Amino acid sequence: MAIAGGHRRRDYDGVVAAVPVTIPYMRYSIEGAHWWIARALGELTRAAGLRPADLDGLCVSSFTLVPDTAVGLTQHLGLTPRWLDHIPMGGASGVAALRRAARAVQAGDAEIVACVAGDTNHVDSFRKLVSSFSRFAQDAAYPYGSGGPNASFALLTDHYMRRFGATREDFGKLCVAQRDNALRFPHALMKKELTLDDYLGARPIADPIALFDCVMPCAGAEAFLVTRPDVARSLGLRGARILSTMERHNAFPDDPIQMRGGWAMEVGEFYALAGIGPQDVDLVQTYDDYPVIVMMQFEDLGFCAKGEGPDFVRAHDFTVDGSFPHNSSGGQLSVGQAGAAGGYLGLVEAMRQVTGQPLGAQVPGARRALVSGFGMINYDRGLCSAAAIIEGAGP
Amino acid sequence: MTRPLPPPKKKDPQKRTRAPLVPPGARSRAALRMTAAAALGTFRLQVCAACGAAAYPPRDACPKCLSVDLAFRDVPDGGEVVAHTTVRTSTDLYFRERTPWRVGTVALDCGPAVVAFLHGDVVVPGRVRVAAKLDKAGNAVLIALPESETPHMRDDPLLRELTASPKHRRALVTDGRSAVGRALAAALARAGASIVFVGAAQLWKPFPEEAELRAIGNIEIVPLDVTDTTSVSELAGEIGGKVDILVNTAEHVRPGGVLSRDGITTMRDEFEANVFGLTRLAQAFGVAMRARGADGTNNAAAFVDVLPVHALANWPEFGAFSAAGAARLSLLQCLRAEMRPGGVRVMSVFTGPLDDDWRQTVPPPKVTPRQVADAVVRALEEGIEDSFVGDVARDVAQKWRQDPKVLERELGQ
Amino acid sequence: MTAAPLEALLAGLASGEVEVVDLTHTLCPDFPVIVLPPEFGQCQPFRIEEVSRYDHRGPAWYWNNISMSEHAGTHFDAPAHWISGRHLPANTVDQLPVRDVVGPAVVLDFSTECAGDPDFVLTRAHVEAWEAAHGPIPPRAWVLFRTDWSKKVGTPDYVGLREDGAHSPGPDAGAIEYLVRERGIIGFGTETVGTDAGQGGHFSPPYPAHFILHGAGRYGLQCLANLDRLPPRGAVVIAAPLKIRQGSGSPLRVLALVPASPQVPS
Repeated sequence: MAIAGGHRRRDYDGVVAAVPVTIPYMRYSIEGAHWWIARALGELTRAAGLRPADLDGLCVSSFTLVPDTAVGLTQHLGLTPRWLDHIPMGGASGVAALRRAARAVQAGDAEIVACVAGDTNHVDSFRKLVSSFSRFAQDAAYPYGSGGPNASFALLTDHYMRRFGATREDFGKLCVAQRDNALRFPHALMKKELTLDDYLGARPIADPIALFDCVMPCAGAEAFLVTRPDVARSLGLRGARILSTMERHNAFPDDPIQMRGGWAMEVGEFYALAGIGPQDVDLVQTYDDYPVIVMMQFEDLGFCAKGEGPDFVRAHDFTVDGSFPHNSSGGQLSVGQAGAAGGYLGLVEAMRQVTGQPLGAQVPGARRALVSGFGMINYDRGLCSAAAIIEGAGP
Repeated sequence: MTRPLPPPKKKDPQKRTRAPLVPPGARSRAALRMTAAAALGTFRLQVCAACGAAAYPPRDACPKCLSVDLAFRDVPDGGEVVAHTTVRTSTDLYFRERTPWRVGTVALDCGPAVVAFLHGDVVVPGRVRVAAKLDKAGNAVLIALPESETPHMRDDPLLRELTASPKHRRALVTDGRSAVGRALAAALARAGASIVFVGAAQLWKPFPEEAELRAIGNIEIVPLDVTDTTSVSELAGEIGGKVDILVNTAEHVRPGGVLSRDGITTMRDEFEANVFGLTRLAQAFGVAMRARGADGTNNAAAFVDVLPVHALANWPEFGAFSAAGAARLSLLQCLRAEMRPGGVRVMSVFTGPLDDDWRQTVPPPKVTPRQVADAVVRALEEGIEDSFVGDVARDVAQKWRQDPKVLERELGQ
Repeated sequence: MTAAPLEALLAGLASGEVEVVDLTHTLCPDFPVIVLPPEFGQCQPFRIEEVSRYDHRGPAWYWNNISMSEHAGTHFDAPAHWISGRHLPANTVDQLPVRDVVGPAVVLDFSTECAGDPDFVLTRAHVEAWEAAHGPIPPRAWVLFRTDWSKKVGTPDYVGLREDGAHSPGPDAGAIEYLVRERGIIGFGTETVGTDAGQGGHFSPPYPAHFILHGAGRYGLQCLANLDRLPPRGAVVIAAPLKIRQGSGSPLRVLALVPASPQVPS
């Protein structure tokens, strides 16, 4: 049976995202996730000039909030929202929060939505988290021993390299560029310069993945507001418009191994809604837990064709001042991965860049940013893909 | 190419014996059904009854049609490795001690792609066959093996971890007086056991089998009477620290059920040997074995019990013996859980009626000692938890799985 | 009766003039027991299971549970043990007259003859020859047949199992008939696992010692030790079985009181 046509995406008129907040990350924290989220919401309301009670929408992402969810957090933090969401999409959480909150505001279900992601990192949090990450991981990934996603990404990377001719140097180039960016970003945990030789000579983790392909788990929180433009204006906030968004989960399940994400299913409609093409964005924030995924995002989001990722990388400079400004804060590879906050990192940084309020280096002339999210290695691949294009007034 | 495993060096008495660790053991109930299949040495995946699609990882509904009618079935084990990695570090303690090891993605001919351990001889990309084996925590894991046998294939460290090969290990066979015990001693020696201790009870009785045993080589005859706690504990005191594989072949069999017996004397003899004998062995040897589950090349690997298949359902002609078998089966289940923290496998080898004096009047097919011995060695080399030896054992097991009550009535006719 | 004899005995024990000899083997699990064809019920060997040993099972005490056949280790056979004695009165260990358990002992030493012949058969002629040398066997005596077989315990030669059965010395019917009917002995004791020869089942009647002794209400002692420490005559044996209700026999401690300097028989 054919499903009736008439599908048409609505634009995001009447919505802005504002007040990008980053609580500086720490490698380990003795505090709980509630503490980190509270700090982010506190900073968010302070910077916006709001009282906590003014927040009538709340959207939360966290892995370490257990046994609580966003529900328990309302009582814990003394919030009384009329719109509440909890998004367990890992690296896709930021974009997913943005597009859900945007529709809530657009429809009038909420006026001021606080989107927040935060996680703590205790000394043994990571080991505990991965051992109970998902049923499929428990049954079919964790017993194979890598104790986390390293081996899964090693397999994707190995396959991608063999299939498309990518080299370790190509991945290294991305990592080195991000480190260059990170050295200009005050909150990055990685403060040392990274050379290609450092990258290539690093301790092997799971071939072909070595130490600098992997993100460092840490504690931290990120947040932003979604509201109407008139509210933002009345508060004196610099907002960013949303040109387009997308998400897609469990795309291409019959690919024996992941070499493309849900972006590839949505890319046409994604740019059509934005009314621009990939050539029209000024900077790109990809989700970078392992550089192979960055390359896939370049391909699937139309910056180059499938399989041309390696050539694309070789042809560009990915630093803040380069030909293709990318992950301008240094990304998770250099800033650190604060759990679900890693899914907010690129979006919050993009909001700062397109509204001209960078914490570190400003991407010259940045008005439009494409932000991409990827998350949840449920078993052998990332299931959640998401992307958004936001536009601000620029620096 | 797998390098042949060298014999272990003598242990450095100044070094602490490595404490056994086991890999992550939590599994969903659906995944445990794959474990159940792997325990039998079979590779089964869920196949949708509605649309025929095979699925992996184990789940509750078909990802093609949402049917919840998924049954585990034998599926073709061939596939193509499309990616591989050598893992060099882990946050998991068990794996940290076993780095590096290989993992790969295999696109199975039957549909799903699976993440599996890779045998060292697997070439990427290339064809493989995938087997489900029980890991040290007793759960099914997948391992991709070369399509055809390679030299010294069993010596692959990963495969050795997933099996209990007798090679370079020290075995104890409890009953050298029985034909099964003798055949087994020979089979273990052939399979590369560095020494086979062979128990013999009541050495004040003639021991005509001794010459045959000694001819095997690599044999040490030791006094052992499983009906005597003192004997078992004295032997454990002497060799308990160097028994890597224990195979209990002791059995006391007499025809008859409950009403055909006058009193419990004979049944007590049966339980002494078959049930308490197993218990004594487990108590005397099991604790040390469990502590030595990660003790190098010749770590403690398996506790094997050869028991009658009528442990599953009573065969009244040998009714008391069947009952002792049932008790034995239950004890093995308990022991399996108790030994698991040490990563020591508890294996059950169920046999049909043996071709011996006590089963003289039992019609064929009957099981030869050689068949039992080969099945034990195969169980060890392949890591099979439950083996069934002979046509009768397989027949009974199949019927038991289908409907234990029907089997009870059939056996009782 | 005065107390004098007992005082004399105590004085003898105190002075060392009377020695106590233990005729008992240690009860242990690997002590041989009689072997019957496997389709018959079997004699259960001695078994011992620790209950506690100053540990979590009992912090201040040590004890064991033991189990065995009535006919395991050094043991006593009551008349009821054999079919020939089944209808006799007081034929079980709980009922037998206690005065029977203490009595004089004579030791018939045929260890030299047995050394080269595990199938040595003690005949009436042998007994008469012994009497010619040592004097007549007194009434109500324990006749102890010395073969030195106790020294073979722990070796296959003790029971002497071969394809045609066990091989160990024992009496024939004539010898036992003579001892029972003409000498009125209280019992017959051996160092072997039975009062009969290993091949006694092939004698006529089968197992003559069991059949005749028990049919006449006499007793048997088996698996005795230290018979080489007894004089041919002059010793007193104390052989009191456990008081097992309706028991056919029992393991026991057999003691002999022996004059310190062996007496030469008159």
